[in-house]
Amino acid sequence: MLQVSIYRYNPETDSAPYMQEFQVDTQGRDIMVLNVLELIKQQDSSMAYRRSCREGVCGSDGMNINGTNGLACITPLSAVVKNNKLTLRPLPGLPVVRDLVVDMGIFYKQYERIQPYLQNDTTPPAIERLQSPEERDKLDGLYECILCACCSTSCPSFWWNPDKFVGPAGLLQAYRFLADSRDTAARERLAELEDPFSVFRCRGIMNCVAVCPKGLNPTRAIGKIRELLMENAT
Amino acid sequence: MVTNVTNFSRSGLSDWLIQQVSAAILALYALFMVGYFLLHPQLDYVTWHGFFSQTWMRIFSLLAFIALSAHAWVGLWTVITDYIKPTRLRFGAQVVLIIAIFVFLVWAIQILWGA
Repeated sequence: MLQVSIYRYNPETDSAPYMQEFQVDTQGRDIMVLNVLELIKQQDSSMAYRRSCREGVCGSDGMNINGTNGLACITPLSAVVKNNKLTLRPLPGLPVVRDLVVDMGIFYKQYERIQPYLQNDTTPPAIERLQSPEERDKLDGLYECILCACCSTSCPSFWWNPDKFVGPAGLLQAYRFLADSRDTAARERLAELEDPFSVFRCRGIMNCVAVCPKGLNPTRAIGKIRELLMENAT
Repeated sequence: MVTNVTNFSRSGLSDWLIQQVSAAILALYALFMVGYFLLHPQLDYVTWHGFFSQTWMRIFSLLAFIALSAHAWVGLWTVITDYIKPTRLRFGAQVVLIIAIFVFLVWAIQILWGA
């Protein structure tokens, strides 16, 4: 029997959050954390969590698993469970809506702020804007982000200043558009990021890199943004 | 763009650059001083005074003090904005910080050129 401890909070009935203990029979199999949550849901249908694709594509079930952020659906028990104990908490730093469900509003607001879409003020060609294979290669390791928020909610700089620091997820996407050969708004984008908070709150501790379920590297992207800012301003 | 008026240079890029350059200067000064102490195990006041009455040493020391002042302003401003959330308290702490750095810098100049 796996011992599972889950953060519970229903603002309508609970005065404070508490941890609830569950016993789950995994039948000795190495199942995913999301499967454990589904077995718990059968025991207690009031347990709330987000999930959708169950294969690490939609980014809905980001949560804190035994102290480390990750996607429940692609995290096998063997990777996280020690001493037969599993502790699940919501992503840190965001307001809890209920149980493991957090309000991602401020996370999306920072994403919106970096204008995550192509901007090009030249006349569009008849069919499409072409890229060379080399130009396209620059987007690898950037475009794969699924916005699960595991990185930003593991970042102390984002915990302290979620309204001012864009956060690793937003900055990875900021660089994704700065690096795109079809985008012509680099100067305006950089001007928005030059203040002491938006980019420069990053202290390079690389929690974001350690937790990213897609194996991406926001710290490197932030370094590239700093390089571009330097090129532009010195 | 997030606006700021109490940080060192009004610009994150500039603050960051100052932090890098001042760190390099301070590292150089620290290594130099450690080397000096190792080469002078029986250091007395006359040697020490003579060492600091040379113009190049005064300039190098002043450079290190200015680097330290800038480094402390940028670094502690960051810490203050991270941890002190009430605006009046935060601004108060920033004013105390800036005045303290100013006083220490002027005091350092007086010590360097006064003796």
